[in-house]
Amino acid sequence: MFLLNLKIGFFLALRQIRRANVWTTGLIVFVMVLTFLNLVVVSGILVGLIEGSIAAYHAQYTGDVIISNLNNKKYIEGSPNIITILKNMDDVKSFTPRFSTGVIAEANYQTKKDTDKANTASAQLIGINPLAEDEVTGLSNHMLEGSYLTPNDYDKILIGYFLLKQYVTIDSPDFSALEHVYVGSKIRLTINGVTREVTVKGILKSKVDTIRRGLFMVDSEARELMGRQDNNVSEIAINLKDGVDPITFKQKLLLAGVDKSAKVQTYADAQPQFLKDIVNTFATLGNFLSSIGLVVSSITIFIVIFINALTRRKFIGILKGIGINGKAIEISYIFQSIFYAFLGSAIGLVLVYLVLVPLFRAHPIDFPFSDGILVAPLAGTLVRMWLLIVSTIIAGYIPSRMIVRKNTLDSILGRN
Amino acid sequence: MIQVKNLVKSFKDGQTETKVLKGIDFQAQQGEFIAIMGRSGAGKSTFLYQMSLLDFPTSGEIIIDGEHSHNMTSEQKTNFRLTKCGYVFQDYALLPELTTIENVVLPLLMQNINKKDAYQKAKEALVRIKLGHRLKNLPSQLSGGEQQRVSIARAIANHPKILFADEPTANLDNESSQAVMDFFLQLHKEGQTIIMVTHEEQYAKLAQKIVKIDDGKIISQIQN
Ligand SMILES: Nc1ncnc2c1ncn2[C@@H]1O[C@H](COP(=O)(O)OP(=O)(O)OP(=O)(O)O)[C@@H](O)[C@H]1O
Ligand SMILES: [Mg+2]
Repeated sequence: MFLLNLKIGFFLALRQIRRANVWTTGLIVFVMVLTFLNLVVVSGILVGLIEGSIAAYHAQYTGDVIISNLNNKKYIEGSPNIITILKNMDDVKSFTPRFSTGVIAEANYQTKKDTDKANTASAQLIGINPLAEDEVTGLSNHMLEGSYLTPNDYDKILIGYFLLKQYVTIDSPDFSALEHVYVGSKIRLTINGVTREVTVKGILKSKVDTIRRGLFMVDSEARELMGRQDNNVSEIAINLKDGVDPITFKQKLLLAGVDKSAKVQTYADAQPQFLKDIVNTFATLGNFLSSIGLVVSSITIFIVIFINALTRRKFIGILKGIGINGKAIEISYIFQSIFYAFLGSAIGLVLVYLVLVPLFRAHPIDFPFSDGILVAPLAGTLVRMWLLIVSTIIAGYIPSRMIVRKNTLDSILGRN
Repeated sequence: MIQVKNLVKSFKDGQTETKVLKGIDFQAQQGEFIAIMGRSGAGKSTFLYQMSLLDFPTSGEIIIDGEHSHNMTSEQKTNFRLTKCGYVFQDYALLPELTTIENVVLPLLMQNINKKDAYQKAKEALVRIKLGHRLKNLPSQLSGGEQQRVSIARAIANHPKILFADEPTANLDNESSQAVMDFFLQLHKEGQTIIMVTHEEQYAKLAQKIVKIDDGKIISQIQN
């Protein structure tokens, strides 16, 4: 019986759709497309902003796994041991040890008058092996001006563009930047009372804070500046070979006892807290906006089907009058709803994957801490499509049922 | 075939209650051709709706093909109309988005007759009523007389036990009316039970029996 109703419902739906007004159908499908885009794109962009940031942080700073000093220590004690362990692990593709310390950078000290305030900025000085660092994070790809460090550079630094007045428009009391500093300019670094004059070799641009606010120097000289005799480093960023799971690798390091003298984190663990918080907030926000879209489209479909069924009430009565099962008539409206939802979703899918995703990839949204892309994993999109179809079915079923259940004869004669 | 006992139908509209059928006793035998006549507003259509189970009476009994109507659920009534009744509505009642043949085939498909046979039967009915050349037209592309014939073809395509027709000739010219009546007579000869409402004496005379209704009661039953 159900199958028969399904067959008759389909028979009726097909002919109603085929002979429906093109503009009405077009309008309904258009609403469905917009709803679909609302479901997928709004949250996809919100998530994409964060994903872009996470990806940048992963690629440009932490690598797949990062080992850093314990919270109560200045350095990773026994660093050479850990480096030896890493060298002997098959999973490791490349790694880069870093020394890091806070410095005060000062510019324009030569032209400064006694009454002038010193032009200083506090920053993090990071000592790197330029080759290893470039292999892990591709730091040399982020040169805005000037050139990258070579291992033999002495008294040369790379400076993040957020430390330079000409690149930052922010002017707030607690934010200081260096003025008139270009490639070739000299600046003074002060660490623990020791001052050193260095030359700017290049300017770095990135959306990752540690890079755009950092000062990079060859590691041997940085150690000397810091007055360090030991070989202990501040952090080691590690890239793994393709297919190696960072979590599994982290477990191996823990088994090797690395966690006794250092903190071991995967790139996901090491995300800045604000990103972790924002991911959840944005996901909630995205779902909230999507839900509103879903409700709006459900109501739209409800009204469309209701009006459609109401204006066709006489014919629904005739159908029942000649013996067509009410269920079959309801099913015909469900089929129509499915048709709208499917067509809308299909057009939406094409738009998302063939137009919007490539478009956002080519032209990411310039967000202060990331290049926002559109993240729309197929599985998630299909779930949303399914949601849309289910809500449409319900929205189409209820009004058709309301009309179909009315008294047959009253419907035929147009009585109330 | 049909037995109606003390049938009463009244409509309530707030305080006022209008009695339309005021106690009707009636029966029709298998194969009978009955014409129902009466003034406009006498209750003829209302009577037909009760017998075809499109409506339910206020009181009284309808026994049709051995079944008491008040024992049936609305789904059973729908199924009864599908399998045992043919109904020709006063205003054709065709479905506008279905072609001629689709209008006729739909109730056949609903009876789970396979597609090929159903279309064959629908086509036969339409050819019989001289609409074989209009199978693919939509109702809006047909004349009133043609639409009425589609409506008749739909009603008789599966050889129902009873054919109800509510003024099947009301909107037709003489020639078309005559054609419809000829067709009814032919069906009657084949044994079809027909209950037809009509205004026109000349067509009523073609039936075996004329039942006159006035003010909700049967005032005469004349065997022709
Ligand atoms: N739902 C209703 N509520 C109130 N009165 C109704 C209702 N339906 C029908 N009537 C009344 O019942 C009476 C009989 O109506 P019916 O349609 O059966 O007449 P009829 O004999 O078929 O007339 P006609 O020849 O004009 O078709 C009419 O007076 C009509 O006003
Ligand atoms: Mg009438």
